[in-house]
Amino acid sequence: MECVFGLVGDGFALVAADSSAVNSILVHKSNEDKIMILDSHKLLGASGEAGDRVQFTEYIQKNVHLYEFRNGIPLSTAAAANFTRGELAQALRKSPYSVNILLAGYDKDIGPSLYYIDYIATLHKVDKGAFGYGSFFSLSMMDRHYHSGMSLKEAVDLVDKCIVEIRTRLVVSPPNFVIKIVDKDGAREYAWRETIKDAEVPTA
Amino acid sequence: MSIFEYNGSAVVAMVGKNCFAIASDRRLGVNLQTIATDFQRIYKIHDKLYIGLSGLATDAQTLYQRLVFRHKLYQLREERDMKPETFASLVSALLYEKRFGPYFCQPVIAGLDDDDVPFICTMDCLGAKELAKDFVVSGTASESLYGVCESMYKPNMESEELFETISQALLSSVDRDCLSGWGGHVLLVTPTEVVERTLKGRMD
Repeated sequence: MECVFGLVGDGFALVAADSSAVNSILVHKSNEDKIMILDSHKLLGASGEAGDRVQFTEYIQKNVHLYEFRNGIPLSTAAAANFTRGELAQALRKSPYSVNILLAGYDKDIGPSLYYIDYIATLHKVDKGAFGYGSFFSLSMMDRHYHSGMSLKEAVDLVDKCIVEIRTRLVVSPPNFVIKIVDKDGAREYAWRETIKDAEVPTA
Repeated sequence: MSIFEYNGSAVVAMVGKNCFAIASDRRLGVNLQTIATDFQRIYKIHDKLYIGLSGLATDAQTLYQRLVFRHKLYQLREERDMKPETFASLVSALLYEKRFGPYFCQPVIAGLDDDDVPFICTMDCLGAKELAKDFVVSGTASESLYGVCESMYKPNMESEELFETISQALLSSVDRDCLSGWGGHVLLVTPTEVVERTLKGRMD
């Protein structure tokens, strides 16, 4: 029951994702970070099969970094989105990745943008998007309350409304969510919304 | 649900007096959920040639990228734009190449040839061309579109009347199809200008 959703506000883009790693009926952990920071000004929120998700998003991240090392300038958000779609499309008829992606980024000349990329490589630039069973609730909440140019406070309130809706109405709803933001100052973690706290793993 | 009905689409093209019109709906869905209401299905190949791709959105995007690539190469070699008939043969060949693993798209091609005589054609997902003198349709709403176009079409309509006819045909057909709609996109092409208009229909 993975939930990923995101929206574009005034000069920023937000992506929220649940953080449970589940295998059949077992919850491995509840603080899994499913929103990867691609580079200084890009976020990649992914949902889908666990192995594919990690492998594919890491592959995209490394290739985005490689472009920046080779060419001295970072990829634009649109270029990164099209690259991601291309990789998914090439693999589609060979060995498809079951990963749904919301790619959020900030470009100096364009501002914030959000791209919806399906697991079958459908690409579309959107103002608000969502994947998973949670999308039935979060998309409807965003349809009701979203307007273009929302302030950060309004947007986070809307994200919280969506999370409350998912928690109330989805049968096996994930307990914890992570929210990440990307704006002119870069991509970073904004907040966690937790109802279950995992025990801290001692680092090696 | 068939793979052709996964995203939902409706595309229609009509011939007028020295002009043509090509129109599509704007919905992008995933089965019964609507993801976006501003999806672009009609693509420009050159000033006097347009292709509308209905069916699976990811294959429409891949096919469009391959066609633009082939047309740009053609332009470099031949130093001119492709004629619509030639382009239709190219699309047909590209589709038949994938005979045993096809692109799930039904293209609608509309263009003005060198003497500004309008040309329209459609084909199935395997590249079987269907040339028509009056109108061509494709997508999930194609059955409704056939009926409405047959009733409303008249030969040799001027551009404004053609625009009215194709708009009414599109809107009334998508109203009978739950998978397409959310407005319309109409392109009216004459030898001297291209007019692009967005239609507001029933938003459901």
